[in-house]
Amino acid sequence: MSSSTVEKSGFSGRPKGESGIGAWLTTTDHKKIGIMYFFTVLVFFALGGAESGLIRAQLAQAEQNLLTEEIYNQVFTMHGITMVFLVVMPLSAAFFNYLIPLMIGARDVAFPRLNAFSYWVYLFGGIFLYSSFLLGGAPNGSWVGYAPLSTDAVSNMAFYAAGLNIVGVSSLAAAINFIVTILNMRAPGMTFMRMPVFIWMSLVTNFLLLFALPIIAVALFMLNADAVFGAQFFEPGTGGDPVLYQHLFWLFGHPEVYIMILPAMGIVSEILPVGARKPLFGYAAVVFAGAAIGFIGFGVWAHHMFTSAIGPVARSAFALSTMFIAVPTGIKIFNWVFTMWGGKLRFTTPMLFSIGFISMFTIGGLSGVTHAIVPHNAQQHDTYYVVAHFHYVLFGGALFGLIGGVYYWFPKVTGKLMSEKLGKVHFWTWLLGFNLTFGPMHMSGLLGQPRRTAVLPGELGGTVEIYNLLSSLGVVVLTVSALVFLFNLIASIKGGVPSGNDPWDARTLEWLTPSPTPYENFPIIPTVTHRDEFWHRKYAEDDAGKAIPVPAGAAEDHDADAEPEHIHMPDPSYWPLVQTLGFFPFGYGLVYGNFWLIGIGLAWLVIGLYGWIIEPLAEGDDDDPVDEPARPGARAGAH
Amino acid sequence: MAAGVETTTMGLDHRKLGMWTFLGSEFLFFGAFVSAYLLYLDTTAGGPGVEIFDIPFTSISSFVLLMSSLTMVLAHHAHAQGDLRRMRLWILATAGQGAVFLGGQVFEFNVFVREGLTISESPFASSFYVLTGFHGMHVFVGILLLMSVYVLSLIGKIKPTQHVKTEMIGLYWHFVDIVWVVIFTVVYLIPEIAVLE
Repeated sequence: MSSSTVEKSGFSGRPKGESGIGAWLTTTDHKKIGIMYFFTVLVFFALGGAESGLIRAQLAQAEQNLLTEEIYNQVFTMHGITMVFLVVMPLSAAFFNYLIPLMIGARDVAFPRLNAFSYWVYLFGGIFLYSSFLLGGAPNGSWVGYAPLSTDAVSNMAFYAAGLNIVGVSSLAAAINFIVTILNMRAPGMTFMRMPVFIWMSLVTNFLLLFALPIIAVALFMLNADAVFGAQFFEPGTGGDPVLYQHLFWLFGHPEVYIMILPAMGIVSEILPVGARKPLFGYAAVVFAGAAIGFIGFGVWAHHMFTSAIGPVARSAFALSTMFIAVPTGIKIFNWVFTMWGGKLRFTTPMLFSIGFISMFTIGGLSGVTHAIVPHNAQQHDTYYVVAHFHYVLFGGALFGLIGGVYYWFPKVTGKLMSEKLGKVHFWTWLLGFNLTFGPMHMSGLLGQPRRTAVLPGELGGTVEIYNLLSSLGVVVLTVSALVFLFNLIASIKGGVPSGNDPWDARTLEWLTPSPTPYENFPIIPTVTHRDEFWHRKYAEDDAGKAIPVPAGAAEDHDADAEPEHIHMPDPSYWPLVQTLGFFPFGYGLVYGNFWLIGIGLAWLVIGLYGWIIEPLAEGDDDDPVDEPARPGARAGAH
Repeated sequence: MAAGVETTTMGLDHRKLGMWTFLGSEFLFFGAFVSAYLLYLDTTAGGPGVEIFDIPFTSISSFVLLMSSLTMVLAHHAHAQGDLRRMRLWILATAGQGAVFLGGQVFEFNVFVREGLTISESPFASSFYVLTGFHGMHVFVGILLLMSVYVLSLIGKIKPTQHVKTEMIGLYWHFVDIVWVVIFTVVYLIPEIAVLE
């Protein structure tokens, strides 16, 4: 747009790209970055899905050897890493990017270039992890990377340690960015208790990331140091304690579970009130429960380690705290149910996925509570029962919610509707395929089938074999379903029915602006007077409490005397892309123990940072704007 | 973000809020390393343990690092008054003290390695080197930031009105100092006293 670039002399120009591939490579626009996250996630989802196909093909029958054990280990490890770090987390980040500024009434995030930086680090971190396949084999010590197995050079886990640390930098930068955005850039009148629930859940999620990521970074650095540089952190031979790794990993790992599920809970909390045409039941309780999950989530990690040497006191304490955390989760589920209760339900595709989320997540939550019972846990440990449980919460939970969000906000992004017919085909096949794949795993796990085992042992008997065959058939259904979704997505982008600005009769601020969202988001920053601001601009209540539409046009902000706002949008920049390339030499240096590569990578990152600092700013510095007289105290924010 | 927006919701500059948020994360980073160190205090695998530390020497370098917080405050104070010349002087003093501290650490590491405490010696050695090494890296980054402020103010990229930039570096620098206070106490002093008793 017109305000985006003004010439100013400096060390280098800033890119002007407003169209073509250059516009995407240099963008600092939160909407474009969100879209890039989404499509990158699709690619990694296809890779992770293909890996799961290989796993299920291998396990379709007992004593099968389609894959060697070595390859099988790499495949299941990469499936886990991909789905957790390269699919579910960044898919949430795609929603954070696109929606947070829109839902709080802002024009961009607090640090737009840092936002681009986060995206590129994520992409390059993913490429780095996958490059291991070409460089002597992918990580094969499972996504938890337990030491001392993972410190052994044959496990290729140095790639895991370095790669996840790179991806972690992306998430940490994004977390800081979103926390500052939510705290500091809300539209006038948007108090904490008027924020949409999705914004609340994003805030909690990003605080979880902020405090959990440094801990996994420490664990991964230690692992890296052990595997490559001869350190002795987890080496039992010199007195190192492998349980320390487990503590550090799960101190991150359990908050990570909530990092993956809370954004989906936020999405569902937005879709259900719209689909039921009722305000969310117990807004304050849902918000409080989300925050409580964030706090308690840091106190339950050792239930992943009940079979490790942690002692009976720790087992009892963590069993209790684990049962505790089911309480806020239960509060949320009841609130969602009561939101739908007595509402005028419209079973649109986003609504179906939200209901699917609640029911599947409840199943996963219930099997989760059984893990809190220590003796039960010992029986289940490392069996397919655990695999069933976490797929019910992460696939049936997080992914259902996130896909519901894709259908719900697709019109916001494109101005077109996705096909409801194909959407419903997608939903029902997805639900069927999902339950067919993961339902039987409860049974095969309880019958003793171990996780992470390349060959399904024949001696487990025919019942277990049938369950495994069903699981493998489920993956076929899921694949077909995913293709339906992909087709629907592409066809709707190309030729979807125009949606209008507000296809769902929605409640929150993002629908106040035209769809697709204009470059500057809001021509005039709205002033917020209610929770569900947009709904209150559209509807008044009569004496009986019934919603009455207010006359058309009343939803807009009108103020004839108002001067047109000075709209300042962030400039595009090459530097986030250029700088983050330095993570490649840095990462390979960490993997191969090559200090030259590490040095080159670090130098590259520092030089990139200088490019970032000294590139000219179109409208001057924040503390020293070019086109406006400098005013004392006018120091708001960074570019 | 926008130059035209005068106030933020929390009334705090984005960059400062961002720095505070980041430092919150950093506390857990060092916290995890300190925990590992405490776990491995006695796990020396027959090699050198805490008795290897030279408390008087490290006390002096710690003192220098702590004093650098004072000059950092003076640098920000000078910048807040628009006095870039004095600001640069204090920035140099801060960076110089940081460099003295780093030099001390390099020297100390060399002595320890000669006395047989290498990173591969024991879990104790690994956790000591990785913890203090990461702290040293933070000091190094701090020096880099300080020198950047120095150079950028010379070429006019940092203006007398922009003291928020010095303040940001100051926040980071004070954090690195505070972490050292914890490390010096927990890593050097307390275990050494415990051994002497």
